[in-house]
Amino acid sequence: MEKTISEKIISRHSGRDAGAGDIVVVDIDVVMAQDGTGPLAVSQIEKMGFDKIKNSSKSIFFIDHAAPSPKKELSNTHKVLRGFSKKTGAAISEVGKGVCHQILIESYTCPGDIVIGADSHTCTSGALGAFATGMGSTDIAVGFVLAKTWLMVPETIKVNFKGKLNSGVYAKDLIIYLISKITSDGATYKAIEFAGEASDGFSMDDRFTISNMAVEAGAKTGIFNSDEITRKYLKKQGRENCYQEVTADDGAKYENVIDIDCCNIEPMVSRPHTVDNAVPISKLGKNKVDQVFIGTCTNGRLSDLKIAADILKGREVASSVRLVVAPASKNVFVKALDEGIIKTLVESGAAILPPGCGPCVGVHQGVLGDGEVCLSTQNRNFKGRMGNPNSFIYLSSPATAAWSAVKGYIADPREVLSK
Amino acid sequence: MTDFGVEKKILKGKSFKFGDDISTDLIAPGRYFHLRSNMGELAKHVLEDADPEFAKKIKSGGFVVGGKNFGLGSSREHAPTIIKIAGAEAVLAKSFARIFFRNCINVGLPALICDTDKINEGDLLEINLGEGTIKNITKNLEISFSPLPEVMVKILGDGGLAEHVRKNRGFNL
Repeated sequence: MEKTISEKIISRHSGRDAGAGDIVVVDIDVVMAQDGTGPLAVSQIEKMGFDKIKNSSKSIFFIDHAAPSPKKELSNTHKVLRGFSKKTGAAISEVGKGVCHQILIESYTCPGDIVIGADSHTCTSGALGAFATGMGSTDIAVGFVLAKTWLMVPETIKVNFKGKLNSGVYAKDLIIYLISKITSDGATYKAIEFAGEASDGFSMDDRFTISNMAVEAGAKTGIFNSDEITRKYLKKQGRENCYQEVTADDGAKYENVIDIDCCNIEPMVSRPHTVDNAVPISKLGKNKVDQVFIGTCTNGRLSDLKIAADILKGREVASSVRLVVAPASKNVFVKALDEGIIKTLVESGAAILPPGCGPCVGVHQGVLGDGEVCLSTQNRNFKGRMGNPNSFIYLSSPATAAWSAVKGYIADPREVLSK
Repeated sequence: MTDFGVEKKILKGKSFKFGDDISTDLIAPGRYFHLRSNMGELAKHVLEDADPEFAKKIKSGGFVVGGKNFGLGSSREHAPTIIKIAGAEAVLAKSFARIFFRNCINVGLPALICDTDKINEGDLLEINLGEGTIKNITKNLEISFSPLPEVMVKILGDGGLAEHVRKNRGFNL
């Protein structure tokens, strides 16, 4: 039978001919947890009576959500992860290395893999042609010790991107647009396959942004087929040998097919307090911002920082705004330093954070005050997300964020990019 | 199969009603990130940003009742865990976000998909897990809920995923 990408990968990992709706136990290639979910995974491993992990080279704990630690309780949980890693040989990604999903795509995930992580945005790795999905700490604990998990093979929604994005419109606008159309539970329990002629031209950074937010429509994973662009990306990191072609079969069965014409998309903004509460920027009205945050697993990559720096070059952040920037990883940070991007950002008035999740999770590094408004390039704007339930979060692309930081209110980047 | 495998088949208590799209940020707020290794303390703040008094009110038991897409957002298993620790015996919703639903089963908290429009705040409910029915005693209504997949029944029956894997030294689904 013709198969979707998810059905193919799951079949290969379960040793049976798996189709949508089947429940299977699969071998997993990569398993990870972060500092918010890892300590619970460690205690569950102990509770299950295991003292070894199955595949130490691809079992990783990331210290990224509260890094460096702002509180003694968190410092102590970081110690738990370090101690467990030392005991079992599990890899540990330390303070300063960056966001888990970014490091997975830089160093661990290969096309055709099954990746599970105790973080909902594990679906980011789907951009490399992997079946990558988020789970809770106990599922991940089991993944660490058995290198297996159970899955229901998802039905797949195919999204065909056609046409070309206009100047000032980015992958982030596209995925926010899609979520606003299908809503925050439009893909629950399902996989999304991103395809179409436009998708073939997307850079890996574009694809990561799109896959990252698949979960914001409820999806189990958001997956691209692998191609030359994937291969070149892996080659750049010295990982070309793990490239393999991953595609859906012609005639694979989809639950739904959605066509999106990229030419019709404007810069998009998600309004408080849900991602699907989004509008084209021309319909937004004037919204003053107190803080702008550029970074995260959604938009903290080199191309994102470069887009922001190009807009901020020779300009200053409005005096009423704090601009906070967090490179997604050490590699991104180093390249952004080499290319002068960081200098431009700092000169414009940005505060640069160490690689990591920054203020996205509401733990530290830019917690909002009562009534304050933040425009962020992150993936979520739920009430309380950035540490204060009495604040308001809008989401946009890095270009919209950078231009808004200059203007002091949420502003259309086409105003500056078309000049 | 409607049998939830849990020992106690009939649950009785009051409804605590919430709306649509209750996120894990509302259930287990990020500003209490440092309390994640102290679940008892974290449970004192459960659903605080949706209802500041909830943790106090649920102490004597009852059910969390939501609308659509309950539990959307992060993978934090702490969310269903602290709902359970706080005293709720089950979560009822029109639909659940995927990871939250899976986490509920893994931590041994029944998550029931049903028409929650038929339940108001404070209604007295009697849930028969074996028969798959919810009696709204206050309204004198019977509401059915969707059965769980058999693998989830097995996991719930073993008292959650950790216990299932400990007992079987692996999966026995």
